[in-house]
Parts: sequence; structure tokens; C-alpha cells
Amino acid sequence: MGFTAWLIPLIITGLFGWGLACGVDVFDCFLQGAKEGLRTAASIAPALVCLLTAVTMLRASGGLAVLTGFLRPAAEALGFPAEALPLALLKPVSGSGSTALLHQLLEQYGPDGFIGRVASVLAASSETTFYAIAVYYGAVQVRRTRHTLVSSLAGDAAAMLMSALSVRLLLGA
Amino acid sequence: MMNAVLVGMLIFSVVSAAFGGNMEALSAAALSGCGEAVTLVISLTGMLCLWCGLMKIAQQCRLTEAVARLFRPLTRLLFPELPAGSPALQAICMNLSANLLGLGNAATPLGLAAMQELQKLNRQKDTASNAMVTFVVLNTASLQLIPTTCAVLRQQAGSAAPMEILPAVWLSSVASAAAALTLARLLRGGRH
Repeated sequence: MGFTAWLIPLIITGLFGWGLACGVDVFDCFLQGAKEGLRTAASIAPALVCLLTAVTMLRASGGLAVLTGFLRPAAEALGFPAEALPLALLKPVSGSGSTALLHQLLEQYGPDGFIGRVASVLAASSETTFYAIAVYYGAVQVRRTRHTLVSSLAGDAAAMLMSALSVRLLLGA
Repeated sequence: MMNAVLVGMLIFSVVSAAFGGNMEALSAAALSGCGEAVTLVISLTGMLCLWCGLMKIAQQCRLTEAVARLFRPLTRLLFPELPAGSPALQAICMNLSANLLGLGNAATPLGLAAMQELQKLNRQKDTASNAMVTFVVLNTASLQLIPTTCAVLRQQAGSAAPMEILPAVWLSSVASAAAALTLARLLRGGRH
């Protein structure tokens, strides 16, 4: 983990230093870019308010437990541990929520057992799909996202199946 | 599509809360969720300004061009409609680098910059272009080489080998990204 601590300070300092060496007015240039960043922040706010309201409601409603029970037989038939199912359902909608849930699963079932390994691989090989779609398209006011959501969710489903499969293949259990 | 999912999520929440007796928690969640969104935007604003500013410097000293050349074999395959050396392609490559390095906080601002460049090339401003769909799908599939958060959580839980999952993570990420991108390509149709 020592490597990642170095990364960001080095990138920031390196870019400023390199820019100066290339004869760029680094401060003025940075401000121009930062101004664009400020405009982008304002443009994604409405999409985030809408999405996070819905996601927080979903998590508080207890609906995740209902869905887990409903999908349990299908998951088990595909070789995916039912204990990790809530994580697979939460990951596409909530980044912070799924991090908390992964922590809980690792504490409860141990990080080096089958459930702990599958949960780790799943969390590391998928993203918060809905958040990314809402923020990316919200920033440019694109309303018709066409086949983005279907394709991304297919990717999430593939990540779920592959996490169990790759742990079996590469870690043996 | 997003509309249907959003409304579906809300209805499902209300129905589940009604049966589980969680209506008070649901009501509180609706009001705290919108506040959380603003907190998130504020913390994102700093990141956006920082990384967009750094990106501008990288552009000025032609560093983004060099990174874009490095990724050319991959981007030629994924974004055949974007001309080599276009600002959109450069921004996409900066986002890909941030993702691969596991800098999630930098990947979002750089990704949004890429979306704005892609929007300039988009002919129907309210509809996603093929390049946009590919790019967003690529970002919803996790691309990071070293999953830092996950490794830290495993270490905290007392794992004997927090990084032993790496090969499995790579296999799973590549397979799921390939599945998502293939489906996106199949579904795009002949419109654009």
C-alpha cells in the first residue's frame, strides 16, 4: 500500500514541475481547468440528488433482503454463494454501501474462505453502475442513454458469475 | 430506461417498507439521501477542480498526447469513429490511466471532461452517441489493476494474503468488461 500513498503527491508535483519546465504558465493554466471543473460540479448536482434519494430509500426499505430471498435459488444453481448476494445487488447502486457490506461479510465469514474471496473479487471487479451512468450523462445533459444501462448491467451480471468461477479456478475453493 | 429503473426502485422501496413496517425509516432516508447528495457534490467539487486543473497543465505540455498515443491500439478498436489526436480521445485516455492506477477520485473528473469532449462531437445533443455508450460502459466495468480499497478491507479482516485475489480480480474484470462491451456493440444498431 506504500506505493499508492506516493502516487498522488508525485503526480501533482510532477505535473506542475514538468509544466513549468515546458514553459507553461502553470498557475493560470490550472485555474482555467479548475473553472471548468466548477461548472461540471454544478451540472451533476441535480442528477446526484435524484439518484441518491432513490438509493438511500431502497437501502432503508429492507427491500434488499426480500430480493435476496427471491434470487437465492438461482444464485445457488449458478455456483454463487447466497451469502454474498446482497453485495451483488447493492454494488451497482451504492459505492459506500457496498464497501460497508464487504467489510461486514469479511468480518463474518473470514477473508480467506470461499464466501470472503468471492465477495472481495466481486467488489473489486465491478463498479457503481447507476452512479456512473447518472453522473456521466447528467454532466452533458444527455437524456436518452440508449443501450448503456442494459450493457452495463450485463457486465455486472457477468462479474457476479465470473467472481465465483475465477475464485474456483485460480484459488481452488 | 433509467426512468423506468428509477420509478421501479421507488415503488419497490415503498412496497417493501410497507410490508416490513419500515415506513418511518424510509421517510427519514428520503430526506437524508438528498442531503447526502449535496455533501457528495461538495466533496467532488474539490476533486473536479484539482484534476481538471492538472489535466489542463498536462494538455499544455502535450503530455496527454503522449498518453493517447500509448493507448492507440486499444482506442482504435473501441472508438473507431474518433480521429487520432482528438481532444476527446486524449481525455478518454487520461480517464483510462486514472482507472488503471486505481485513482477513482481522479477518474470521475477526467471522465466527465471526456464526456464534454464527446458531446462536442455528438450530432444529437439529447441522445448518447456510440462513443459515449462505449465510454460509459467501459467506466461501469471496473478496470483497476490494483484494487486498493478491497485489499485494505481484507487486511483489516485479518487475511493471510490480502493480494492473493489479484489474478481472480483481473480475470473477472476483463471477462465482465468484454461481455458488457460486446453487448453494447451488438445493440448499437445501424443508426450512427
